Amino acid sequence: MITANDLEKRYGRKRVLRGLSFELARGGLLLTTGPNGSGKTTLLRLVAGLVVPSRGTLAIDATRAELGYLGHEPMLYRNLTALENLDLFGRLYRVPDRRERAGMLLERFGLWEARGERVSAYSRGMMQRLAICRALLHDPALLVLDEPFTALDEEGAALLDRELRTAAGQRTVLLSSHDPERVSALATQRLALA
Amino acid sequence: MTGYLADVSALTRKDFRLELRAKDTLPAMLLFVLSALVVFHFALPQGTGDDAAFGLLWIAIVFTALLGLSRAWAPESEAGALDGLVLAPCDRSAIWLAKTLATLGFLAVAELVALPAFALLYAPLDGAAIAGVLLASFGISAVGSLLSAMAAASRGREVILPLLLLPLSIPLVVGGVGAGISPESGKYLLFLGLYDAIFAILSWASFEYVVTE
Repeated sequence: MITANDLEKRYGRKRVLRGLSFELARGGLLLTTGPNGSGKTTLLRLVAGLVVPSRGTLAIDATRAELGYLGHEPMLYRNLTALENLDLFGRLYRVPDRRERAGMLLERFGLWEARGERVSAYSRGMMQRLAICRALLHDPALLVLDEPFTALDEEGAALLDRELRTAAGQRTVLLSSHDPERVSALATQRLALA
Repeated sequence: MTGYLADVSALTRKDFRLELRAKDTLPAMLLFVLSALVVFHFALPQGTGDDAAFGLLWIAIVFTALLGLSRAWAPESEAGALDGLVLAPCDRSAIWLAKTLATLGFLAVAELVALPAFALLYAPLDGAAIAGVLLASFGISAVGSLLSAMAAASRGREVILPLLLLPLSIPLVVGGVGAGISPESGKYLLFLGLYDAIFAILSWASFEYVVTE
């Protein structure tokens, strides 16, 4: 599903990724690890199409409509409610029955009671849960998750674990984590960036 | 096409809703344009002709637009929402068009207050002058939405936006003032229409490259 060949990314003179090659088959989970500044986020943003490679090729067998991305930031509007945020993104992704889908995800991630509150009133952990809901809203075939367990409490992390376990083998996942043990059992491949 | 317009509509309504809640932009624009017109009224020497007054109106409009545009992408910058929009499978130009329409809406509200105030304090406005304001406002909003997206992605956004926008606004000011004071206002309106068409197409086509690194 993803084939990277001799991938390189530079920001000005700074080379963030160099000579990176890997393949990820459909349904696999690639766990990316590495210290701060090793290029994990850049790799995930490259796969999402938010940045373009400086050199090398990156072939992804998925359209933008099939990609779900969770970044460092929640990618939400703070002055909209949870439901309004999901409704807006549901429209843009042409999600059929988007209100039902949004409601189901909010319930699954324990945010249904807070659905009418503005995101600015959410705690960081609630915002991360909502960001996960946004990434899953259109039921993507390829899920790119950058440090998804950040800010989640034990309950939130368990909900995400369950989501990843349920989707194992059906959904292709590219994930970076500082806590690799948490998902190592699900990972079909590992990529250590230096 | 229906899907494109639906995306533009959803994104524009989102901007109006955010402004209704946060009230970050419009009150500042209204206060600025009214204050500028009142201060200019007292600063202008007695007996100064309409030509100078129209020039002052355009200073007020351009800087009011600049004020609005400097905040235009703030909701998208706050929590990385622009990445969310860029990743959505909609045409990326729809994001620019929606922001242009929202900015135009805010500017139109400011002008609804500013134009009667101008007529009261300075000189009457005819149809050509009002048409000039409308055409120039679209031009400023179209170019400004693209440039403010570029500025929002950079560190010195407060400096970069005026540096880029003000030179590109000069033709609009020339056209707007000309439409208000010249007996051949039609030529100026045509000029403004051409400017709008050319810069709207350029902004529409180039927005995609502005929002990807």
